[in-house]
Amino acid sequence: MTASKVRAALDRAAAVGAGREGLNILVAVNPRAEDDAALSVVGRSEQELPLSGEPVAVKDNIATLDMPTTCGSRILAGYVSPFEATVVRRLRDAGAVILGKTNMDEFAMGSSTEHSAYGPTRNPVDPSRVPGGSSGGSAAAVAAGIVRMALGSETGGSVRQPASFCGVVGVKPTYGRVSRYGLVAFASSLDQVGVLGRTVDDAALALGVIAGRDPLDATSAERAVPDYRADVRRAATAAAPLAGVVVGRPREYFPVAMHGGVRDRCAVALDALVRLGATVRDVSMPHTDYAIPVYYIVAPAEASSNLARFDGVRYGARVSADALAAMYDATRSQGFGPEVTRRILLGTYVLSAGYYDAYYKRAQEVRALITQDFRRVFADGVHLLFTPTTPTPAFPLGAISDPYEMYLNDIFTATANLAGVPAISIPIGLADGLPVGGQIIAPHFGEGPMLAAAAALERALGASPLTTPPSPAAARS
Amino acid sequence: MTSPGAAPHTTDGDAYEMVVGLEVHVQLKTATKAFCSCSAAYGAPPNTNVCPICLALPGALPVLNAHAVELATRAAIALGCTVHPVSIFARKHYFYPDLPKGYQISQYDQPLATGGSLSIDEQAVRITRVHLEEDAGKSIHDRYPMATAIDLNRAGVPLIEIVSEPDIRSAAAAGQYLRALKRVMEYTGVSDVNMEEGSLRVDANVSARRRGATELGTKTEVKNLNSFSNVERALAGEYIRQCAVLAAGGRVEQQTMLWDAVHGTVRPARSKEASHDYRYFPEPDLPPLIVTAAWAAEVGRGLGELPAVRTARYATQYGLGTGDVAALIDKPRVAEYFEAVTAAHGDAKSAANWVLGEVLAALNASGGEIGDFAIGAPALAGLLDLVRDGTVSHAAAKTVFAEMVRGGEPAAAVAQRLGVTQVGDDAVLNQWIDAVLAENPTEASRYLAGERKLQGPLVGRIMKKSQGRADPTRVNQLLAARTGG
Repeated sequence: MTASKVRAALDRAAAVGAGREGLNILVAVNPRAEDDAALSVVGRSEQELPLSGEPVAVKDNIATLDMPTTCGSRILAGYVSPFEATVVRRLRDAGAVILGKTNMDEFAMGSSTEHSAYGPTRNPVDPSRVPGGSSGGSAAAVAAGIVRMALGSETGGSVRQPASFCGVVGVKPTYGRVSRYGLVAFASSLDQVGVLGRTVDDAALALGVIAGRDPLDATSAERAVPDYRADVRRAATAAAPLAGVVVGRPREYFPVAMHGGVRDRCAVALDALVRLGATVRDVSMPHTDYAIPVYYIVAPAEASSNLARFDGVRYGARVSADALAAMYDATRSQGFGPEVTRRILLGTYVLSAGYYDAYYKRAQEVRALITQDFRRVFADGVHLLFTPTTPTPAFPLGAISDPYEMYLNDIFTATANLAGVPAISIPIGLADGLPVGGQIIAPHFGEGPMLAAAAALERALGASPLTTPPSPAAARS
Repeated sequence: MTSPGAAPHTTDGDAYEMVVGLEVHVQLKTATKAFCSCSAAYGAPPNTNVCPICLALPGALPVLNAHAVELATRAAIALGCTVHPVSIFARKHYFYPDLPKGYQISQYDQPLATGGSLSIDEQAVRITRVHLEEDAGKSIHDRYPMATAIDLNRAGVPLIEIVSEPDIRSAAAAGQYLRALKRVMEYTGVSDVNMEEGSLRVDANVSARRRGATELGTKTEVKNLNSFSNVERALAGEYIRQCAVLAAGGRVEQQTMLWDAVHGTVRPARSKEASHDYRYFPEPDLPPLIVTAAWAAEVGRGLGELPAVRTARYATQYGLGTGDVAALIDKPRVAEYFEAVTAAHGDAKSAANWVLGEVLAALNASGGEIGDFAIGAPALAGLLDLVRDGTVSHAAAKTVFAEMVRGGEPAAAVAQRLGVTQVGDDAVLNQWIDAVLAENPTEASRYLAGERKLQGPLVGRIMKKSQGRADPTRVNQLLAARTGG
């Protein structure tokens, strides 16, 4: 029975064309998936196994044992990790089966999943459009009905933005809530493993399994993991689930020149929040405008450092040359794509002697102000914030070639990474037939109330407006 | 001072003075590496003490070794530093095949500890800072033709870097500083400080300036100093070079110099080795290192007696001379052995003589450590007791000692078995005297006739007849009595 969930997922992947010639969602399929499904449940009860036999797709920058972990990069072509990420181990311990690895922007640098050595992923809702990124493959895997849940990773919005573009739920947990051990680092102070789910409950289930202190990650928090699904269930059954909840509407996230469809869907969602019992209050987060410049200093700086290890010496691709410096040069020039190269150069520049104070140090100071914006608004009696997830719905493949224009996709999401607070994107309707995502941001470690509000809103707005049919596993619920 | 430091002052000795600051890397004596659980042991087959973390595999993260923090804190307190409640790890970037991550985890603008000092002779050398960092792997260039081999066993082994102020004024003082530093590390159990195994490494910043000047001259950094004597030789050589440049009206160029121990010369490093931009920034994978005052105080209380304090105590408590004290305290285990022998035997001077003489010679010969020495402190005290009460002669005691080293038997038993207990019984002594006089009738009659200068040779023959057991003082007395004098 459990093996059938995996079989159904594989069949669904074939049916929607998840391979390279189709939507290009899965860059590797676990050759042992069906065996794992049979083995995962042996001798264990359903209580022990909240994800019994459940197929889960994993972004290609999260270490797995049975498949390569390439981060969508030529420099890691064929690289198989000898250890698995803590989040993957926790999923498997909970009975989940790792179905395959999902496509992504190379080293998670991008907002469209076009910057992958495997080629672009297409949005299942409209294959002429991007799925968002960098966790575009994971969002698409959920949206296409292949899996109920998938792992992605966030540095500046890389789970929420593709969730928004594909019409699924995406959660970026509090920094430190989930172990980063085995997540290939992009920008260590911003990175966090996130979950994509068909529903808020799916996301809550997956988050509950992977969250919690990990002795292998010194930045993971020593803090008990609440029962997120209990919060979700309460919100789904109460008459006025958000009674007494103050939702802030930060004006900086609702610019005058906003996309009309996004503005309209947000207005509907805000009305729904009021109907659910919440009080909506206009608030100001004055340093929001600095998020993109700050993000594009801090993240490349850390990336330039984290990606130094890909040097052709110990593993991965090596381009031979007759001198050491030439080998580094050739290996890295040919191994990294243009966007990764651009960010390494940018990051190296802002950390170099004479520029550190003007860029990196200054950016960290402004980052502290952005964090302060959140602390202040949450201290002033606001429990949650509601914003659009992205400025626009999904754009066509190849539509954005200017890097800076691409970076602006992160304008509403990067703040949560910079401040370390949790945030979720849920589908709040369609604009011109394309999904629109609404974002709920909570204080540090406020995932429970955040998920509860998201579940209430999800219920109030009706079924997910996906154009794709539900997954075969839907019969379960 | 007749040291290499004094050598360069032949022509410009009065015109210039040497200014030196030292950066010393000390490998901490932890069982495991700084940021992973791999063994930190020296000498394992290449690339066997490695894991995803110290190989910098994608997705691996560092976790700080608490014992490394304790040892670093111990060293900092022993050097009189202020240990900071919050210190920050930083990444120091450079590309090299033996540096797996492309950066070294170190500390930069917020180190573990600052502001200490270390006394040498009458001078206190100020310590600027003590910080924690990890070692790189080893590149082996001379093993395979046309290839460099990399051994990453050492990658991630914990180090402290101890940086001094430019307070050192001669090559000899640099040597003293290093020896004093090494002793502190040994006393506190922070490190094995074995230069052959690279657990103590030295870089020197050296400059020359006109005597009496207060401003520092342009410095060079001398690297690749693999022994204390090489530090002294390299400093002397580099100082002469700088003095010659200055005396000719030139300017010293700020650069990195490499010591070539084979040729005994200092040469400039390739410019690339000197022009790194390390792009330091705070290590985001590790939270700030918090050292509470209470914990630091606890570490301080556990330090035990430091070499400077022990030196003063030995002079007053045991009345030993400066040379003996310095020799005894050099190795903490040897000093402890000496104290145990003295406690059991009572006579510190005699204990010092035996420890510094026979014991160290035996250890040198065997290459062993005092901790594994066959003669425990109580056993040596037992031998010294036999010498003091005249049971064995000083000469025989050395034979007994040698036997004890081999067999580990108690002194009295060895002396019995070898039959070397000293004989003071007049009847037995007179038998030996009679026999020797009978065997040497000519000398005997001349001696008995008053030729006193024959007493020495005759006593010697009597001692030989007794196989060294005769009490020489009593033999002299008895022999003299035969002449009626």
